[in-house]
Amino acid sequence: MFDFTIITNWLHTLLVGVLPEWAAVLTESVLVAVVIISLAAIFAMVLIYMERKVCAFFQCRLGPNRVGKWGLLQLFADVFKMLQKEIIKMRQTDRFLHDLAPFFVITASMITIACLPWNKGAQILDFNIGVFFFLAVSSVSVVGILLAGWGSNSKYPLIGAMRSGAQIISYEISIGITMLTVICLTGTMQISEIVEQQYTEGWNIFRGHLPMVVAFLIYMIAGNAECNRGPFDLPESESELTAGYHTEYSGMHFGYFYLAEYMNLFISAGLATTVFLGGWAPLHIAGLDGFNHAMDYIPGVVWFVGKALFVVFLFMWERWTLPRLRIDHILTLEWKYLMPISLVNLVVMALVVAFGIHF
Amino acid sequence: MNFTLFVAAVLTGVGFVAIVTLLARLLAPRSFNAQKEEPYECGVPTRGGSWMQFRVGYYLFAILFLMFDVETMFLFPWAVVMRTMGPAGLTAVLFFLAILVLGLAYAWRKGALRWR
Repeated sequence: MFDFTIITNWLHTLLVGVLPEWAAVLTESVLVAVVIISLAAIFAMVLIYMERKVCAFFQCRLGPNRVGKWGLLQLFADVFKMLQKEIIKMRQTDRFLHDLAPFFVITASMITIACLPWNKGAQILDFNIGVFFFLAVSSVSVVGILLAGWGSNSKYPLIGAMRSGAQIISYEISIGITMLTVICLTGTMQISEIVEQQYTEGWNIFRGHLPMVVAFLIYMIAGNAECNRGPFDLPESESELTAGYHTEYSGMHFGYFYLAEYMNLFISAGLATTVFLGGWAPLHIAGLDGFNHAMDYIPGVVWFVGKALFVVFLFMWERWTLPRLRIDHILTLEWKYLMPISLVNLVVMALVVAFGIHF
Repeated sequence: MNFTLFVAAVLTGVGFVAIVTLLARLLAPRSFNAQKEEPYECGVPTRGGSWMQFRVGYYLFAILFLMFDVETMFLFPWAVVMRTMGPAGLTAVLFFLAILVLGLAYAWRKGALRWR
């Protein structure tokens, strides 16, 4: 596989050669910022377009098809429309908290998108506590959502934020336990090492067979709930709460929540790809050397994005197939079914690893 | 280097929101109108404040969440060194999990998981 660190090292030596140390680091940080923003913007837009098209096809409609060929320019039109809309200052809101909320939501997404491994060596943040760090940061966005609901001082946002808070923190436990299941198998929390391991030994979902498949299924349910989507979209259920926690946000302020929602969708798909489906690791079948060599020629980034978009499609499938649940059903599903199942699954995985009955 | 990049990522998020908000403020038109500033409640005038006492069910789940989240936090280091810890570590963690499951069973029995 092509190692992306060649490029970053070359750039680093080049910059250190012409600039003093601090200026080189500053330049690199600015480059990183540009990369993060472009990734966020590109994937949020791709996902919004994809969501509209996928949902349209699920409902036997055409979806956006007026602006540009196949409606491809619809998104740019939407972004510019949103930029031109007035940000209304409401009389009753707590202005400080109201304006602070988007910062939390967007910053959490920006940091977590930096944790995804795009290719061998192409990962911005690679801590040795990778997965743990990822979970810790991604839960910051719930603070933003609660602030948005509380700061709006209006009833719909408050109800939406409370539901969203209860739902996100509940499903976070399942996500945490499924990640524990994965870490039991990999024995490391560093994201790059997890993927390297899957490159040499096969994807985790094949290595960990039954418990890993169960963990993947639980992750697919809990991930949808974490993004406030799918059958779990009652924090912003439009038929009862208008728009949930971002009812009182207008113009670009609303745009941040929209952007963050789709970024989070891509990020949860990316995490599923990284820990279960091998990240940038190509599909290898033991014994078929020719096939494996051919697969190695496809760049890692293509594998990663392809798999992530496939998982995104699964998330969308889930969303547009199932009807919305009620809040007590959601909490019952998590606390009485998913969490006990994932705890048992964790124990099974621990036993599987202890007795060495994995591939 | 990782921590520098972490700070860079945080500043990216903060800076992105700040700059785009500024841009939107510059581009967007502005008009003032008393009705516009009212809370959105389907055109019906709002009754009472919204910063009020809220259903206690949500807080119960938040407290339960705290317990189980701390539990997963303690389990992460164990999961990493599971292979080297051997059977002793495994039994210890199984005990730990058993106590937690008892906690969940207690909450369940007490009706904390029932939505009233």
